[in-house]
Amino acid sequence: MTNFAPGARIRVRADYPETRGPCHIRTPHYLRGREGVVERPLGAFRNPEDLAFARPAATIPLYHVRFDQPSLWNEGEAGDTVLVELYEHWLEPAG
Amino acid sequence: MAHAPAPENVALLARFTAALAARGIVTEAQIAEQIERTDRADPRIGAAMVARAWTDADYHALMLRDGSQAAEAMGVSMAGAPPLGVLADAPGLHHLVVCTLCSCYPRAVLGYPPHWYKSAAYRARAIRDPRGVLAEWGTSLPEATQIRVVDSTADYRWMVLPMRPAGTEGWDADRLAGLVTRDVLVGTRLPLA
Repeated sequence: MTNFAPGARIRVRADYPETRGPCHIRTPHYLRGREGVVERPLGAFRNPEDLAFARPAATIPLYHVRFDQPSLWNEGEAGDTVLVELYEHWLEPAG
Repeated sequence: MAHAPAPENVALLARFTAALAARGIVTEAQIAEQIERTDRADPRIGAAMVARAWTDADYHALMLRDGSQAAEAMGVSMAGAPPLGVLADAPGLHHLVVCTLCSCYPRAVLGYPPHWYKSAAYRARAIRDPRGVLAEWGTSLPEATQIRVVDSTADYRWMVLPMRPAGTEGWDADRLAGLVTRDVLVGTRLPLA
């Protein structure tokens, strides 16, 4: 798995596990497939997607990732941003 | 007016806590302790942290580096609590906290969340139309201020460290803390002198 440094451009995986069955996800729907910038690493935590079902849960790096707010919604004010905690397995490098 | 819980719900809760205890996940005493801790927590703790940060550069640095340690330094036990992150407003930058997925809230230092924080309306609108939401709160930001909406999705809990308002020169921490309301600590309002 990649480790992302502050300033790294990432894309949130365009994955929808909720279409495949019961699951617990902390990656908001509105961010799937979107590009953002890693603000900083926040440490590592046990994967809540497994914890929620009492499965063995790996410890996964967590990042604070910044997104351009207006482009998420096609409305809003230029310069506004959204900052979200995302686990590393949801992130892929973006160009 | 609170209604008495239905007997079947009380019985269900008792079976649930017994099952948790039987599996060694959490004891009834630990649950009681957690409830007591949340009952004791109050936005005045967060306000005191902000006021101290405004008057003590070392504490300000600690708060940004490690919010949990900064809370402990004010006598709050953070044992078992999610880590606390602190979002510092700056000239041209204002933070607004929301939890779109559920209702994550820094209970250890703010106590129970207000009902609106948990409402579907706030959760849906703060992330999409933060300026509209702030306008409805009567909160007007200085010109050319960018809004950063912080969606509290995972293991941290987030509180806002607002900028110290003008006109408070020479105020001591107690007086400053009086400006910092619960709503200021999640960014729906600004502290006003």
